[in-house]
Amino acid sequence: MSITLDAKIPAGPIEDKWTQHKFDVKLVNPANKRRYEVIVVGSGLAGAAAAATLGELGYNVKLFTFHDSPRRAHSIAAQGGINAAKNYQNDGDSIYRLFYDTVKGGDYRAREGNVYRLAEISVNIIDQCVAQGVPFAREYGGLLDNRSFGGAQVSRTFYARGQTGQQLLLGAYQALARQVHLGNVELHARTEMLDLVVHEGKAAGIVTRNLITGEIRSWSAHAVALCTGGYGNVFYLSTNAKASNVTAAWRAHKRGALMANPCYTQIHPTCIPRSDDFQSKLTLMSESLRNDGRVWVPERADDTRTPDQIPDSERDYFLERRYPAFGNLVPRDIASRAAKREVDAGRGVGPMKNGVYLDFGDAISRLGHDVVEERYSNLFEMYERITDEDPYQVPMRIYPAVHYTMGGLWVDYNLMSNVPGLYVLGEANFSDHGANRLGASALMQGLADGYFVLPSTISDYLAPQLGTTPLGTDEPVFKAAEAEVHDNTNRLLKAKGTRTVDDFHRDLGNIMWDNCGMARSKESLGQALREIPALREEFYKDVRVLGENESVNQSLEKAGRVADFLEFGELLCLDALTREESCGGHFRTEHQTEEGEALRDDDDFSHVAAWEFTGVDTAPELHKEQLEFEYVHLAQRNYK
Amino acid sequence: MDLKLRVWRQKNSTATGAFEEIDAPGISPEMSFLEMFDVINDRLTAEGREPIAFDHDCREGICGSCSMMINGRAHGPSEGTATCQLHMRKFSDGDQITVEPWRARAFPILRDLVVDRSAFDRIVEAGGYISAPTGSAPDANLILVPKEAADSAMDAAACIGCGACVAACPNGAANLFTAAKVAHLNLLPQGQPERYTRVVNMVEVMESFFGSCTNHGECEKACPKEISIDFIALLNRDYVKAQFKNRKLTGQKK
Repeated sequence: MSITLDAKIPAGPIEDKWTQHKFDVKLVNPANKRRYEVIVVGSGLAGAAAAATLGELGYNVKLFTFHDSPRRAHSIAAQGGINAAKNYQNDGDSIYRLFYDTVKGGDYRAREGNVYRLAEISVNIIDQCVAQGVPFAREYGGLLDNRSFGGAQVSRTFYARGQTGQQLLLGAYQALARQVHLGNVELHARTEMLDLVVHEGKAAGIVTRNLITGEIRSWSAHAVALCTGGYGNVFYLSTNAKASNVTAAWRAHKRGALMANPCYTQIHPTCIPRSDDFQSKLTLMSESLRNDGRVWVPERADDTRTPDQIPDSERDYFLERRYPAFGNLVPRDIASRAAKREVDAGRGVGPMKNGVYLDFGDAISRLGHDVVEERYSNLFEMYERITDEDPYQVPMRIYPAVHYTMGGLWVDYNLMSNVPGLYVLGEANFSDHGANRLGASALMQGLADGYFVLPSTISDYLAPQLGTTPLGTDEPVFKAAEAEVHDNTNRLLKAKGTRTVDDFHRDLGNIMWDNCGMARSKESLGQALREIPALREEFYKDVRVLGENESVNQSLEKAGRVADFLEFGELLCLDALTREESCGGHFRTEHQTEEGEALRDDDDFSHVAAWEFTGVDTAPELHKEQLEFEYVHLAQRNYK
Repeated sequence: MDLKLRVWRQKNSTATGAFEEIDAPGISPEMSFLEMFDVINDRLTAEGREPIAFDHDCREGICGSCSMMINGRAHGPSEGTATCQLHMRKFSDGDQITVEPWRARAFPILRDLVVDRSAFDRIVEAGGYISAPTGSAPDANLILVPKEAADSAMDAAACIGCGACVAACPNGAANLFTAAKVAHLNLLPQGQPERYTRVVNMVEVMESFFGSCTNHGECEKACPKEISIDFIALLNRDYVKAQFKNRKLTGQKK
């Protein structure tokens, strides 16, 4: 297949691009919108916002989610906040500054045009959410409150206690519920997308499995929008929800959509360290804690004293020491690597020596117990419930964990993939965060894509199709896709091996984390690329999935997702091997400065790596989209 | 720890269910309750027995998926804690633990511990929103919200929609769930225009699925987010007021 990657960034000055583009796109008149069918897959921030807004505009929308209710999508777990360039704090913020911070924070691997639009829309998102009744934190005068987050020197983060994601998702879910009630959106819960159907090069619909009855059926539409989240669970242990997966995106990839920059994975610095071998997931402690918490380790390696016995002079506040300008609020990738360096040097704390302290002692003496409680009580409670330790008394122990994935399906400025009619929104696409995402920017991107971008760009694709009806689901192309889904399901049920799905998933996670985690090398990635195909072969021979297709079968659901991770993980490692530089969340040990900071290679790698699927056991083809920087000055990131 | 589990097993919504006794030796007190279930399921699978189906996802107490009656208590013995954040250190060696699905007519069992809670979505669809189409919002700081109102709204909005309130209620009522959503929106300035139609529409749909509230207070006790029963008082007050204040409905054809 010959593919030319055209990002379709509008011409003109950066501050006019989006406005001009909205003027240039073809429109569908209000009375004609009901003549179009749109499928949205996923009900997180991007999916719920897109489905609700498309419904408001008058399109016929079908929304699919594997959860029992749209409100359960993992956006709900985001804690800290959402960025917006409102400059309500009068501290010098602007759309341009948010744009600049985001491109810099992403280690100069994002598209300028997309990021500027994101910063521009950020202000509308806050307006929209407040109008919906999202209970953001307030000052006593009734105005909105802000806090600061990593990678920024202004306070631009809006928050609702430590449950910002929950409140934003409920806002989008409620807008969606209104459209369901009005009949503009048809809701299909407990229904999982298992294939994308492409006809004559265009997205024609999807194939789903009903998770209650096992029914496999097709749905067709004029356009399909995937809002299916990230792939962090390829590492098994991550802060993602247990069911978060790459399946929808991966199966679209196998139907021709390019997968971009899969090696850009974000390791979040403040998670609760693993406590035993049964650990099923890792729990994030919001980055907002770094506003008041101080990160330290004992100066001496293998120090066995409890934290209260270690005097200040024998503590190393390593972030404040190494990055005095940003201190504890350096971006996530930098904070994570710094913590790893301390733990690797034997200065880790806790029973497994696998953490660093996040200490609120100073904050409590400076601000008082009550202020700290008001800011962080729900996080402190969550920590205590999991560890049985009280963070008001004993410093928290934290360690980095896989959290977010910047890579994803390739999309152009309209959020359309290289498969016409297939749109990808939110974490599932690759577009706005470059090689590292700043805190409080995921919520911003999901909602920007869902509320504002797709609803403005989709008409450009739909308008010329006026009067057409979607392909019938009894057409051979749908029947063939359904047959493949049946075959895949049967293959898993018939393996009748000896090992459980989780067992294979844990093995894959170990391979990924050990070889392609916070530090990667040519050698370790070569190791992973040998081990993953072998594990995949073993999986199909020896996996044990009991029960049948025709009822609730959670092992079967998991098996399908792990099967896709076993293919996707290989591509992730190959991308990491091919990117011979360090940038953001991608750290190659061969490419670092003398001080151990990431060393980019702008001459050879200032591009998006978009991979084309050619077969499970054949090498994928690499396509490059060169990144152009007209406004931002490329430099080594300096947070000192 | 060595434990004995009695777990409700039921193939589908029409099959007859029964308790199954499952030995659970060698459980670490550091595990979460659901990690214990992961271990049990792996063991069952190894023995060729079908694993226990249960809803779960985020495992940090916010998605509201997990839903187990543990020894007769919704989400188990720890107050203000969802099943996924309950840890085995709350149990003792030798304990027998009975695990059932949510018990309520409005939540039919789909399999084992998995129930259908879509009636909650129907309640929200009936009016649990502020009609604010995308793009129509004024600048966020034009709407002043007193801090106390924002804080109370947030207290109510913390509901995770798990259904423990219904499972714990002897009447299978969903008043705490409905009240939490009504209060979240009715306490805010943005929620005022639809305040009275909202409460009437949501209560009507609620009553078509669920039992009636008789102020037992079990819901508040079971709520993993400790949502106050006071919100039910607000719900009732707004519902009564709506009968007088709802000018749109008074004397008009529907």
